[in-house]
Amino acid sequence: MEQAFFLLFASIAVASACGVVLLKNPVHSAVSLMACFIQIAALYILLHSPFLAAVQLFVYVGAIMVLFIFVIMMLEIRQATLERFLPGSKYIALVFSVVLGSAMLWLLFSSPLLSQIPPPTPSATQGSVSELGQALFTQYLLPFEVVSIVLLVALVGAIFMTHKGDG
Amino acid sequence: MAPLSWYIALSASLFVIGLYGVLSRRNVLIVLMCLELMLSAVNINLVAFSFFLSHLGGQIFAIFVITVTAAEVAVALAIVIAYVRHKGSLKIDEISIMKG
Repeated sequence: MEQAFFLLFASIAVASACGVVLLKNPVHSAVSLMACFIQIAALYILLHSPFLAAVQLFVYVGAIMVLFIFVIMMLEIRQATLERFLPGSKYIALVFSVVLGSAMLWLLFSSPLLSQIPPPTPSATQGSVSELGQALFTQYLLPFEVVSIVLLVALVGAIFMTHKGDG
Repeated sequence: MAPLSWYIALSASLFVIGLYGVLSRRNVLIVLMCLELMLSAVNINLVAFSFFLSHLGGQIFAIFVITVTAAEVAVALAIVIAYVRHKGSLKIDEISIMKG
């Protein structure tokens, strides 16, 4: 049952990811990427991490993609949609990506180490939000603070750069 | 449940699709979106290992990746807006001068 759901979500995710790369209109690409992110959130629920699924929905689908669609609609898009791909490098990039992808998959399925990992024992508290919060605010407190400073700096930088005038 | 290798295979294929988009698309906004796709693929890997090894570090690292991604998108879109206002072009092969 879970495997069937995994295959469903994974196939929709891969299909919409191909849509992001191949579609002509940037708005269509953005909507396709949104669909892909929703599938990834569903996969997080399959992996027993509901908090991360909620964060994925809020941050990616709710904030980042809305920002993207805002910017796409704010800017003039017609001239950039005429030619989808960079001249010349399309087939080189395709060959490079296919070689890299097949090398990754071959290494993955030929590795004997993956089958040695025992299946996880499902416990009631594993991956619960309270456990996550405790780890985040005790063991990982310093990275948490650093990340908040990174967000603040990005906020100030974004406002500074989009400010009209000679700024 | 689905085995770990399935999740890693999905993550690898999403990463490669995103990489192809980054390398070949001409619109800088779509290049940024493909970058998001690659970061999400990495997140799937982290969460899958976190679940199969019963260790919370992967999930916490994925939260940090999401946060840094949000900051990165804000700054990148600000640069794109400033650039388009200045030069009026979204084509990535024409963006070669950053000096205003």
